[in-house]
Amino acid sequence: MEGVQLNLISKDRLDKMASMEKIRMILDEVKSGKIVVLESGLTPEEEAKLIELTMLEIDHENFVGIEVESYPQKSKGFFDKLFGKSKGRLTVIGPANRLKTLQKRDDLITALVQLGEG
Amino acid sequence: MGLIFRIRKKFGFLFKWFFKKDRMKIGIYGPPNAGKTTLANRILRDWTGDVMGSVSNVPHETRRARLREGVRIEVDGKSVTLDIVDTPGLATKIDFHEFLKYGLPEEEAKRRAKEATEGVIEAIKWLDDLDGVLLVMDSTEDPFTQVNVTIVGNIEARGLPLLIVANKIDLPNASPARIKAAFPQHPVVPISALKGLNIDSLYKAIAERFG
Repeated sequence: MEGVQLNLISKDRLDKMASMEKIRMILDEVKSGKIVVLESGLTPEEEAKLIELTMLEIDHENFVGIEVESYPQKSKGFFDKLFGKSKGRLTVIGPANRLKTLQKRDDLITALVQLGEG
Repeated sequence: MGLIFRIRKKFGFLFKWFFKKDRMKIGIYGPPNAGKTTLANRILRDWTGDVMGSVSNVPHETRRARLREGVRIEVDGKSVTLDIVDTPGLATKIDFHEFLKYGLPEEEAKRRAKEATEGVIEAIKWLDDLDGVLLVMDSTEDPFTQVNVTIVGNIEARGLPLLIVANKIDLPNASPARIKAAFPQHPVVPISALKGLNIDSLYKAIAERFG
């Protein structure tokens, strides 16, 4: 059966993983053609690291990068800024040749997943 | 993340406030073709008579970060001296086929793609060494891109001042209001870096935000 595998990864599992472990897992899944949905997403620093590592792994033939979408952080109050730890929000990541974002607002992500090569 | 590093990050803005630098290192960030180098050139031309680099309609024209030190901006009695870093456009994907559409030969397109990936890495690394960011967005485009969300998130996490520049307001379908609605927690200044429209408002905002 032709299809695209979608991995929905729970917050509980993500919380147990170190940043680099998460990023490595995401990149490995995406490079093998899967779409990854993270329940609690990534922190902004992890998102930047994911982009950085993605750039290191791009090649001309097989992997041209990722499509990644998450909601913006909600603006935080003064005490949250002082003491709060920045948390990610739901994030969708896939290979750039398979996942296309059609629409994105602060509370909605509409994505199109293509079968086969995009 | 180490506890000391987290404390330093959380309270960094307080240290910055108490021990304000006389020179701020400001990064110009944004997606490819948002007009970052055009803006850098505009600022440098207006305040130093020089330019930062070449511009083109082919994405990823700027593939190495460029630093220009000691740019002094004076507006309404307020002044600020900036070290300006013009960064390569951030992207999550780079496909050399895109460059072929602009008429580049295949070898040059592949070389550009490779340099562009290195440029993105360099731009991300610069985030750790800045005192503030000018985030340039193309106001004819949807502002809710992952690149914009990631940059805003990183600047907020570091507690650095951020000024959003809604560029290309000279184009008919520009909508700076869409950018303001997308990122209401940050100041947004609509300009045309190419035509110089509203550029004085930007200088005023820079002096207030980074001065």
